Amino acid sequence: MKIAFLSKVALFVSAVGMLVSMFVPIWSIYLDAPQYPEGLRLIIKANGIFGDVDIINGLNHYIGMKTIHSEEFLEFTLLPYILGFFGLFFLWSGIKSTRFWLNFSFMAFVLFGILAMVDFYMWEYDYGHNLDPNAAIKVPGMAYQPPLIGFKQLLNFGAYSIPDIGGWIFVVCGILLLFSVLKENNIILKKKKK
Amino acid sequence: MLRRRVIFSIAVLVAFVVSSCKPKGTGNAVSGNAAAKTYVAPGKYDEFYNFVSGGFSGQLSVYGLPSGRLFRVIPVFSVDPEKGWGYSEETKPMLNTSNGFVPWDDLHHVEMSMTDGVADGKWVFVNGNNTPRLARVDLSTFRTSEIIELPNSAGNHSSPFGTENSEYIVAGTRFSVPADGAGGDVPITSYKENFKGHISFVSVDKTSGEMNLAFQLKTPGVNFDLARAGKGKSHGWFFFSCYNSEQANTLLEVNASQKDKDFIMAVNWKKAEEYVKAGKGKKQAAKYAHNKFNEETQTATSEMKNEVTVLDVTEFPDLVYFIPCPKSPHGCDVDPTGEFIVGSGKLAALLPVFSYDKIQKAIADKAFEADKYFGLPVIKYEAALYGEVEKPGLGPLHTEFDANGNAYTSFFVSSEVVKWNVKDLKVLDRQPTFYSVGHLMVPGGNTKKPFGKYLVAYNKITKDRYLPTGPELTQSAQLYDISGDKMELILDFPTIGEPHYAQAVPASLIKDKSKKIYDINHNKHPFVTKKESDTKVVREGNKVHVYMTAIRSHLAPDNIEGVKVGDEVYFHVTNLEQDWDVPHGFAVKGANNGELLIMPGETITLKWMPERAGMFPMYCTDFCSALHQEMSGYIRVSPKGSNVPIKFGLGKTAEAVAAK
Repeated sequence: MKIAFLSKVALFVSAVGMLVSMFVPIWSIYLDAPQYPEGLRLIIKANGIFGDVDIINGLNHYIGMKTIHSEEFLEFTLLPYILGFFGLFFLWSGIKSTRFWLNFSFMAFVLFGILAMVDFYMWEYDYGHNLDPNAAIKVPGMAYQPPLIGFKQLLNFGAYSIPDIGGWIFVVCGILLLFSVLKENNIILKKKKK
Repeated sequence: MLRRRVIFSIAVLVAFVVSSCKPKGTGNAVSGNAAAKTYVAPGKYDEFYNFVSGGFSGQLSVYGLPSGRLFRVIPVFSVDPEKGWGYSEETKPMLNTSNGFVPWDDLHHVEMSMTDGVADGKWVFVNGNNTPRLARVDLSTFRTSEIIELPNSAGNHSSPFGTENSEYIVAGTRFSVPADGAGGDVPITSYKENFKGHISFVSVDKTSGEMNLAFQLKTPGVNFDLARAGKGKSHGWFFFSCYNSEQANTLLEVNASQKDKDFIMAVNWKKAEEYVKAGKGKKQAAKYAHNKFNEETQTATSEMKNEVTVLDVTEFPDLVYFIPCPKSPHGCDVDPTGEFIVGSGKLAALLPVFSYDKIQKAIADKAFEADKYFGLPVIKYEAALYGEVEKPGLGPLHTEFDANGNAYTSFFVSSEVVKWNVKDLKVLDRQPTFYSVGHLMVPGGNTKKPFGKYLVAYNKITKDRYLPTGPELTQSAQLYDISGDKMELILDFPTIGEPHYAQAVPASLIKDKSKKIYDINHNKHPFVTKKESDTKVVREGNKVHVYMTAIRSHLAPDNIEGVKVGDEVYFHVTNLEQDWDVPHGFAVKGANNGELLIMPGETITLKWMPERAGMFPMYCTDFCSALHQEMSGYIRVSPKGSNVPIKFGLGKTAEAVAAK
């Protein structure tokens, strides 16, 4: 069953969005402390972690946190391919223009989103909890897991975690596709008829 | 009864009149809203950088205006153990001269590098008065990058004034002397015969800033005091104030103050340049040091030069003209248009203002006095004069300008600053200084485009101005708001050393290009250690090289053994940090040396010659982190001839080394 023109556009836009997000920051973690009025920033892109990584690594040793190295993450090898795949997947679905491909690509994207956030959470948990027992500063019961999204105070640092350009592109694509899926599967129309 | 009352009334009136004639105290010299005008709230920035000479401290201080807050003291001509300047192996060559290592000098004047007659914020030039030198301070690092010595000179006072594109920075000798070398071994009484003035023209490379002694002018043996380059229409000319035209060699305070008029010497430097290009200068043997700090290797080198090109001005008829100027002139300052030259006879009671156009006409018309001065033409006073400022004060020293056609002159003897109009030469306002002002400074006041707004008086005497500190008191700077018709004293603040001259530029010209760290990837120091795993201790005969790193919060290695009495130990410490404002310090117990302050990405070397066996702690001296107190280590020193091998380590490796 063919989909409407607007749904097709949503797929093409999402395809472009995926390709763009391969190159722009996807997520940012901002840190600030009394000694860092200018703030520190970790920038997560498809191919690695950038920003003030070295400075943050230098600070982390006080509390025994592991240092962050992009090359130790399988994610940053896979992510560019995954995003490329979704770009092509949406493009294909748009060309096919059927409800099946729309639903299929949307479901896959939602699944990817959930998995990605779970992975991000686990990474943060690992960094925040897996501390060197010989660390100089030990605060009983304190873990240093940054927030998944939003703000959290970690000792003298305020940590603020939010999607960056790429992340917002995901959100917009997700919403566009969600509306398309709802429309094409007559979920919205049915409600209106009632 | 009535008569008594009248007498009483008259007595009261007289008492009132007499008391109100008493000079005004400081209380009414300060205006009510002064605090608001100089208040820069915590965390806020000042409007201007103020580079102030440190006088006999030999250093250059950096203040903020209008707050008067001291930001930094840049070591230039004097050693500074706090910053390792002149103590670290890298900086020792900077203080080398033809006389060997000179650890001190007297820094008088300050000149910003210029483009089109306005400060460009690249460099600051300063002079060393005692052992004649010229230094260039880089304004991205706020460090001294280059020092050049000046041969045939003594008392480099008439310096470092520059042309409108910093083509040349000049260095005029305050003491005329026979040229350097054995020829100086003559009776002092042969002054008039053997003593000569030398003015160095030091060229500045537009991109690198590198200085080169292009040529010297050999002049009659007067004392050169200050100077200013022409600008705009007078670009191509230089004006030098001269005193001791009597050419006295003893009791100068009397013998050099005899003549009613000394001179301002006008030099056509474009002509001098042409003569030098045409090969008319004489190559003369000389010996002078040229010291450069290489930012890539982070190491200074000192090169001894052995030749200078000299033009004897008496051999060229159209190079130099003397202009009579009353009583031992100090300042000779050129207004923003380049037309007016203000001579400040420091023993005079009037201020002559000369006209560039009239000087040119006088030269064309040969309006010279009958008697030449040592073979050189003397322009008739009236032929060069635009006019005189009548009764300005006593003892004028130095003049700067605002953007509205006004001039501000400092008066040492009458201890005041005086505002007057350049066109009509009328005095507009006067304010006292506390006390005895030397130079004054208006931001951009020596350039084509003065910023105006403030005036700072640099005072020689403070007496009762601050809480007393024994016989030795601070000197001071006083800030005036000159935005209105009347000058208002709004702040005074103590200074380091003696503040002679200063310059101020808008903060925006400099602040954004101020370096935060040294990129360790560009560190080409021969003894750099870029990774902790590369640290090592290497013995070469009796020299021990320690390749050390510093990062919060440890030195690597921090356990060193195998050093012996009689060794020369070189700690080459690299700060591995790459974050803003994380310097580490380094010091060793008992070292006959200063400390090191190592900026992020930098490598500096401390030399240590242990003189006795024992245990010598070393530590980071700059509170770097919460674990700063732990940032320390030990060096074991064994007696001469002992067979303790070189061992070193940090943490696990130190334990492993110890277990061997």
